[in-house]
This record gives sequence, C-alpha cells and structure tokens, in this order.
Amino acid sequence: MRLVLEKRAERSTRMALLSPLIAIVLTLVTGGIIFALRGLDPLAALYVYFIEPLTSSWSIEQLIVKATPLALIGAALGVSYLANVWNIGAEGQLTAGAIFGSIIPVYFPEMQTPLTLVLMLALGIIGGMAFGAIPAFLKNRFSANEILTSLMLVYVAQLILDWLVRGPWRDPQGYNFPKTISFTNWQTLPSFQVLPPSIGPLYVNLGAILAVLAAISLAFLMGRTLKGFELRVQGVAPRAGRFAGFSREKTVWFCFLLSGGLAGLAGICEVMSTVGQLQPGISPGYGFTAIIVAFLGRLNPIGALVAAFALAISYLGGESAQVALGISDKTARVFQGILLFYILACDSLILYRFKLIGLSAAPVESRA
Amino acid sequence: MNDQLLSIILTIITASTPLLLASIGELVVERSGVLNLGVEGMMAVGAVCGFGAALTTGSPLIGILAAIAAGVLLSLLFGFLTLTMISNQVATGLALTLLGLGLAGLIGESFVGQPGVKLQNLDIPVLSAIPFIGPILFGQDLLVYVSLAIVAGVSYVLFRTKTGLIIRAVGDSHQSAHALGYSVIGVRYLAVMFGGGCAGLAGGYLSLAYTPQWVENMTSGRGWIALALVVFASWLPWRLAIGAYLFGTITILGFSLQAIGIGIPSQLLSSLPYIVTILALVVISGNRALTRANTPACLGQPFVPDR
Amino acid sequence: MEYLLEALNVTKIFGTLKANDNVTLKVKPGEIHAFLGENGAGKSTLVKMIYGALQPTSGEFRWMGSPVTIANPAAARKLGIGMVFQHFSLFDALSVAENIALAMPGDFDMAKLSEKISRVSKDYGLPLEPTAIVADLSVGERQRIEIVRCLLQEPKLLIMDEPTAVLTPQEADQLFLTLGRLAREGCAVIYISHRLEEVKRLCHNATILRHGKVVANVDPTKETASSLAKLMVGGEIHVVRAARKDKGGAVRLKLEGLNLHADGPFAVELKNISLDVRAGEVVAIAGVAGNGQSEFFDAVSGERSLPRDAMLLIDGKPMGYHGVNARRNAGAAFVPEERLGHGAVPGFRLSENVILTRHSSDEALVKSGMMQKNGASGVSERVIKAFDVRKGKPDPEARALSGGNLQKFVVGRELDRKPGVLVVNQPTWGVDAGASATIRQAIIDLARQGSAVLVISQDLDEIFEVADRIAVISRGQLSEAYPSSELSAEKIGLLMAGEHETREMAHAARA
Repeated sequence: MRLVLEKRAERSTRMALLSPLIAIVLTLVTGGIIFALRGLDPLAALYVYFIEPLTSSWSIEQLIVKATPLALIGAALGVSYLANVWNIGAEGQLTAGAIFGSIIPVYFPEMQTPLTLVLMLALGIIGGMAFGAIPAFLKNRFSANEILTSLMLVYVAQLILDWLVRGPWRDPQGYNFPKTISFTNWQTLPSFQVLPPSIGPLYVNLGAILAVLAAISLAFLMGRTLKGFELRVQGVAPRAGRFAGFSREKTVWFCFLLSGGLAGLAGICEVMSTVGQLQPGISPGYGFTAIIVAFLGRLNPIGALVAAFALAISYLGGESAQVALGISDKTARVFQGILLFYILACDSLILYRFKLIGLSAAPVESRA
Repeated sequence: MNDQLLSIILTIITASTPLLLASIGELVVERSGVLNLGVEGMMAVGAVCGFGAALTTGSPLIGILAAIAAGVLLSLLFGFLTLTMISNQVATGLALTLLGLGLAGLIGESFVGQPGVKLQNLDIPVLSAIPFIGPILFGQDLLVYVSLAIVAGVSYVLFRTKTGLIIRAVGDSHQSAHALGYSVIGVRYLAVMFGGGCAGLAGGYLSLAYTPQWVENMTSGRGWIALALVVFASWLPWRLAIGAYLFGTITILGFSLQAIGIGIPSQLLSSLPYIVTILALVVISGNRALTRANTPACLGQPFVPDR
Repeated sequence: MEYLLEALNVTKIFGTLKANDNVTLKVKPGEIHAFLGENGAGKSTLVKMIYGALQPTSGEFRWMGSPVTIANPAAARKLGIGMVFQHFSLFDALSVAENIALAMPGDFDMAKLSEKISRVSKDYGLPLEPTAIVADLSVGERQRIEIVRCLLQEPKLLIMDEPTAVLTPQEADQLFLTLGRLAREGCAVIYISHRLEEVKRLCHNATILRHGKVVANVDPTKETASSLAKLMVGGEIHVVRAARKDKGGAVRLKLEGLNLHADGPFAVELKNISLDVRAGEVVAIAGVAGNGQSEFFDAVSGERSLPRDAMLLIDGKPMGYHGVNARRNAGAAFVPEERLGHGAVPGFRLSENVILTRHSSDEALVKSGMMQKNGASGVSERVIKAFDVRKGKPDPEARALSGGNLQKFVVGRELDRKPGVLVVNQPTWGVDAGASATIRQAIIDLARQGSAVLVISQDLDEIFEVADRIAVISRGQLSEAYPSSELSAEKIGLLMAGEHETREMAHAARA
C-alpha cells in the first residue's frame, strides 16, 4: 500500500476550518497514549492537563496571563509567515523589548506618572522593532537568510540581558541576585475587572486588552486593506506581487517591524506584570511557542487569539500535572511540538486529498 | 606556552567536530533540494539518546549508535511530513526543532547531573607520542576521524559517482529528474535520513566526547550554526570543513580570552559565535556569484508528481 | 514484424476528463509519424504513456508485436524508446555530459562518455561541447542535448514533442535533416506538432487527434494544409481579419535606446532597443524563446526600472524611472506570459485578481487604503461576461479555470480599462483555438479604437494574423519594424537567427 496525495482543484474551506481541530484531537489521543504508557489513567491525566485549568476563575486569569504574550506575538508572526517572511527570532525581540522598556525604571526610578507607563510600553515596542530591524536590513541589503539571522539574535539578546542584570543594571540591594530593582506603581501594568464578582470576579491586565486590540486590528488589516492584500499576494505569488507593483523590501521591513514591535510589547508587558523586574529567564520560550500559535491559528490574527489559549492551557496544565501527577512539566513542550506536527500534516489536506494505492493494484489498473 | 597552544588546538578540534558532523549531513540534504531546519532538534535528541544509551550500557559506541538512530528516526518524521504529506519545509523544520528540544528535555530529565561515559581518544601507539603533532594528528577520538572521513566520502560521492550526480540532479530540477524516471521522493528520503543520522551523531558527540554529561539545551544553537555553515560553504564539502574549523576556532578563542580574564564581559565573548555566524551569512549572501552557482535550484520547494 | 509500436484501444482518464479515448494507432520502423491536434487534444498524454511517464486507464500497447506494460521511462528506454520533451528535462547547473549521463543506464566513465558525445553529436550535425554548463546554452543547443541523449541509446523509436516551437526556421531545417537520416537508418519517429506545413514536408504518416479521440489517419503529403486543419479543428477555422488602416496615428509608446543589464547569470541583456508604436496599430515582436522577450517585457512594464527616464515614453511622457503602477496610471496595461503566478494569483478569487493589477488605477477598487469588494466583483463580472469566461462557481479561484478561460480573464481585465497602450507577452500560448480567436480579435479591436498595441509572440501564424508591423528580437537586440505585408516567413527566420545584428555590425565597421 502506498499513500499519495492528489491535488484539489480549489482550497477546501471545510478542511481549512477542520484542520486545527483534527490536529488538537490527534494531539490529545497521542497524549493519552503517552500517559497510558507511563502507567497513568489517560483520561484522568488528560483531565488534569487540559480541563482543570478551565475550572476556576483564578486559573482562567492565569490562562489569560500566559495567553497574552502568545497572542501578541502569534498574531504578528502569522501575518509575517503569510507574507513569506520568516521571523523566528521573536524570543530575541521579546527580550530586547523587555530591556528597552526597563530603561525607565532602571535610570529614572523616581519617575512615577502615567507617562511612565506609556513610555515603558513605547520603548518596549521600539526595542523589539529595533531588534527586528537587524534581520530585515540584512535580508534586504545582503540577502542574508532571515531565519538564521533572526534566530542567532535570540542568543545575542539573551546574553545582553544576562550581562545587564549581572552587571550595570543589577539591583545594589538585591543580595547579588541577577536582577534589576523591582518595578512598582506606574512601572507595572494596571489591571481591570472585566467580569463582576457575581459571575466570579475576573481581572485582566492592560497587556491582555492590548493583545485583543492588536489581533482585531491585524485581522482588519489583512482582510480589508490593500496593505493586507499586498502581504498575502507576496506570500503566495511573489512574481505576481512584483507585477502588481508591490515592493518586496518594504514587505520584509513591514513584517519584521510589526512582529518585532509586538514581540517587544509582549516582552515589556511580561516584566511589567508577571515578573515585576528584569531578570534572566523572563519568558518560558513564548517567542518560540508563538510560532505554533501562528500555525494553529491558521496564520489568522483572530485564530491566533484562540490558539494562544489552547497553548496557554498546555503551559498551565503542565504545571498542574507536575503537582498532581508527578509528570514533568517538560511534557508540555513535547505536546506543543507534536501539536505543530499534526497541524502541518492536517494543513496538507486543505490543498490535497489522500489516496491509498495498493502496489499490487497498480498493474491491474494499467492493464484492465 | 607550547602546552597551552596544544591544548587550545585540541579543544578547537573537539569544538569543530560536532559542527562539521551536523553540517555535512545537512549539506547532502540541501543538495537533494530539501531544507531541513530541524538540525538543532535532531542534535538535541541525538545528544540525550547517546548519553542515555552509553550510561545504561557503559559503552560509548552503543551511545553513538543510539544517537545516530535517534537522528534518523526524527528525520523520518520530517521526511514523512515534507515529502509524503507535502507540508511546508520551513515550518516543519521549525516544528522538528521545537519537538526535538522538548523531547530531549523530557527524556534527559533523569540524566541531569549524572556523570557521563566519555568516548576515549584513540591514541595511536608510537605516532601519538610524537611531540605536539602526535596528539593533534593521532591522538583524537574516533569521531574526529569519522567526521573527516564523511567529508571526504561526501565530496567523492557527490562529484565523482552517479549516486552523487543523481542527488545533485534531483536538487537542481526535480521535474527533470522525475521525467528521466528517477524517484525524487526516494532520493530525498535517503538524503534526509543521512542528514538525520549525521545530526544525531553530532549531538552524540556533544554528550559523549565534547562534554560527557547531559545539560538541557546543551546544543545551544549549534544546529542553527551548522545550517548557516552550509550556506557559508556554498554547498561545497571541503569549504564546509574549513568553515566548521573556523567557527570552532572562534568559539574556543572566545573561551580562552574569557579564561585569561581580560576586561571584556564574558557574555560578549559567548555571543561571538552567533555574531560571527551573522557576519559570515552577510559576507557570503552578499556575494551573489558565490552563492548562486551552487545553490540547489529546488531548495525548499515541494515536489508533487503529476499522475 | 510489420509494426514497431501499436496502441490498441488506449484510454486515459484524469478525474472526470477523458484525455485519451479509445485510441488505436500503429507505427512502422523507419517511419516519421505525425501526431496532429490542437492544444488539449491529447497528444502529450498519449506520448507520455508510450514513454511510460503515465499509465493508461485501459487498453494496451504492443512493442514489435508483443504486448508490453511500459511501467516507467526507464522501461521505455530499455525497449528502445527515446523522447525529446517540449519542456526539456535538463539540469541547468550541470554540464552537457552530466545531463546525458543521467539518462544512461548503469555507471559511467565521464571521459569516455564525453568523447562519445562529441563524436555522435558531430556525426548527426548537432555539435555539442560536453563540458559546457546547460544554463549558458541557447534553447536550440539545449534541444540538441535532448536529442543526442536519445541518440546515444540507439533508439528504435524517437518521440519529439513540438520540437520546432523553440527553433528558428533555419535550425528547424537542420533538425529535419537529422530526423530524415535517422528514419533512413530504420529509426521510427513520432513527431508531435500543430504546424501543418512542417508535417506535410517531413512526415510519412499522420494521426489526427481531437478531444482525445483519433479522428483520422492520413498520408500528409497527399493532403493540403487546410484539409489537415479542418480535421484538427473539426470545422472551418475562424480567421481573424485585420481590417488595416492606412496610416497609424500619434506615437503612444516610444522606446528610445533602451538598454538594461542582465539581472542574473542566466538572463539576457537588452541592447539599444528603439521602437515606436502608434495609435491604431498592432506591432508584433517575433523571436525564438529565450532571446530577451521576458526581460523586454519586464523593462516595458516597469517591473524593472530603466537606467534613464527618457528610454521609455508613454504618450510623450518619460516613464523609464517609473514603476509598473505609474505606467498603468499613465494609461498603459500589461499582460505577462505566465498566467498563473505572474498575471494572476492562483489561490485568489477572480475578483481579488482584479485588484492585483488595477488597485492603483481604479478609484472604485481601493479607497484610502481599503479594498472595495463590491467594486472588484463588478469589474470581474463585467470581464467574465464580455469575454465569455467559463467557470464552475460564481467567483472561483484563478487556478480552477482552464488555461484558455484564465487567459481570456487576464487579457479581459486589462482591456476592460480601455488602455491607451497595451503590451501583451504570448497572448495565446497554450490556449485553445476558440479562446485564441477571441483574444486576437479583442487585441485588434482595441488598436482600431485608437490604442497602441505591442504583442510579443513566438507564434508566427499569430503574428501574421494580428500585426500591422513586425520586429524581431534576437539576443536582446531588436530589428527594425517592417510592415507585415513586406515580410516573408523566411525573412523573419533570418532575422531571428540574428541577421540584423551582423548587418548592424557591418554598418558600424563601415562607419
């Protein structure tokens, strides 16, 4: 027997919608098998992993906290990938954003006005953009592969962060721990109550609101504007893009500045909320997980918003599974990797359909 | 002074070997027209499986075999997706890296902090006793010689045999190769598996010879540097060997400067390999004459035979 | 053994399409046998099955009297079947000898093979340098590699798929000599073509296909071109009549000393091209593929900008520095050769493909950066109606359309704007006769309404049908444009081979 794919005349809209769901189901099945192999009750384990995080308003708040950077970065990465610009250095741009934004509390710790908040967020975006601008420039000027350059810069950004918090930016009262002073008041993100206590009080911070706004604006950009059209054309048919008078260089700039800027925003939001100071390891690989978010969300900004929740569950589930079942929290990353594989495989079904060909049947077919 | 120079040269060789192993495999993969960005992931899994197998059996050789097998298995997953399922090669390669790093972390959890089994140097009798030159040329571990033999073999096969001609042909125009009756997918599967084996071996070298222990993320971007090396070498095996040793040298010089304790922050020196990689890509990619001539024309493009 | 190859009731079905329907035919040794038919008649599918690249759905082949299954091209070559494809199966980055080695069974000795290539290629009048890299060779030379590749295996049957489409008439004459010699040596040749004169001149036997079926088997030497054409098309052919005007109007498109360096190792440099296209006339540029046509199109359309602004003028305005959209806004429109991926985005709906080329020139399509979907659908429906574009869904993706229908859409999209200047590259390449006639008529009509039309084409029949004046491009240089009534096919052939270059050089030497 041999498996072959046959090209469909048109994209299958049904498969485009179903493919992420199929991928998630397959991942759950695979997860169940892995748990069973480890001698755990697969259903109970899957419950702890994927359902429990949704049961209390506290853990929903946690989910939103984890989903925020994933959605911010994933939405922008989806736009870039759609335009065939491969920024995989979002983790580095996130770090750069966190560093830039922290300039204010480190050098002007006394500055405590609403402007502080705005400046820090703006500097975060600028930092991410500046770091994203490097691969964009190298791509346009020297045609250096943006995948490799953006990835190399992740290590560079993390080493710069490491140097800063161990060296010039270290908190003098911090008992030699590698961290800056703690951020307070206007140096942290405000929270808002979005659901009243009667339903179960739900607080989200400014970052989550920014993520939703970013996703909606990007969806609008891609669906309605000529700019979005331009990006989509360049992704699938570069020659047609040139014929339409669209500039490839501008697209590379646009995608890197956009995704770098939003990754930088995600970075500064992390240090202004969850982390509360600049230190090494501000992100558990959000910049890389966001790649999975982008694909699971079908490279669609609203899709990324939904996908960010799915992956946030895997982070949170990983933590609770470690406590409840003694499963390593590293299982989460394996699930994320498996999920991406399934998504990519299922995506083939949008353009192709399966056909099983029995080897023994082939000659019969040709002679019948 | 001589001793110091000798030990620096010896560490350069061990630092260069994993880069060379990983990149020579990827070179063959790319010559066949496939871009596998999952080298880092395959290396990580190779490293952890090699370490684990050697630890359980006490034999570094079995560790090496396990590392190769792990790399091949992961590459088959990549091959199935990109070649049979015609998925996007860039995205699938990234997926392979993410999965590989995750898997390696999970598998290796119990190995953290355990002392490893070291692959011993061969120390060829008499010859390795020659001062200075002896240890460099005749006192290395097995895989150093293997890596150079693979380079020589790949160079010979690619440019002197029909097998190599077919690999290059498939990478240059899969349509033409298909029209002539070659199995494009078959050739690419084999190339991808070879690349996987080499990446696994490179990972195994890290955890068995370079630093015989398991640390999470111990590949620290070497898989990506290997990918850049292939571009840097413009897809030529011997140029690749030179490039790998150049990078090994730069890494070790960074460490040595750190050890001497001059006033440069250690983080800056540690970031040297990554910055040099970027610079190398810029220099080579900016030179179109160098890259264009050897770049496989079908690199990264999916192949769907019409039936 | 009377017949070398027989096809008995062969049928090939792709999905719902019957590409070959119950085809039966016989080929004798030493016979040059033509397969005649329009694009899409099933010629290519049939030969691909003979060459083992496709398997028949039903029916059988016999080779020298006994039934065979030709499982793959290697099996075909083993039987003694060689094929020269229309789209060459060559490897640009490899040398001539390496390309040939790939088609030979078993291992090889490069030195010996190279020697043999030199000998055989010279012997048959197709000289080749074994160490040359394919990317550096002309189309004619590349075809020689394909032919020599087959000859080295001493084939009993040689299949040639539209070999002269890419050759100058003189190169074609040389090819006919080679094929004649092969036939005399006992090798059978299957010759696919839709060029009737050629078939009459060269072939001993002709099988005519229409819609996948064999409609006739005739001796072409006893037929006339029009009787063969009637068999191919199945009725009278609709000939476009160019109602000529006496004199052209004002110059609407002017090229003056256009130079453009080659932008890659395999590209052609454009040298000192000058041409006027006037209101009301169609000027055609003839030439063998790969002589700078696509570079010329990129230069004129503005996909590549020019070194001087005054090298290209649209209605008197210098536009050399301006990009494709600025030139569109100045009243020009362009149709590239490649429909899918250049003229249209395959995965986009037709209405979205309207926006592709008209986003800057049509205010109804984009307002302050926002796409107007209703406007786009309106234009799309207008084009579909005016050009009778056949489709399955109301607004399908471009790739779902057949070649002819998509070409009608791509041309119609530009004509709908009533452009003052239209530049079309290969307007009817790979398009069925009905769509060709529609497109050619539309091009002529546009010119008659006062526009200037420039057509780049490799198809001489098409050029004579539509053009008022004809220029020839060869190695990046353009000849003078001659009134089409003053040009014979032979004269064009000489120009294609580069006659005007040598003449200009002679001028230069005298001066």
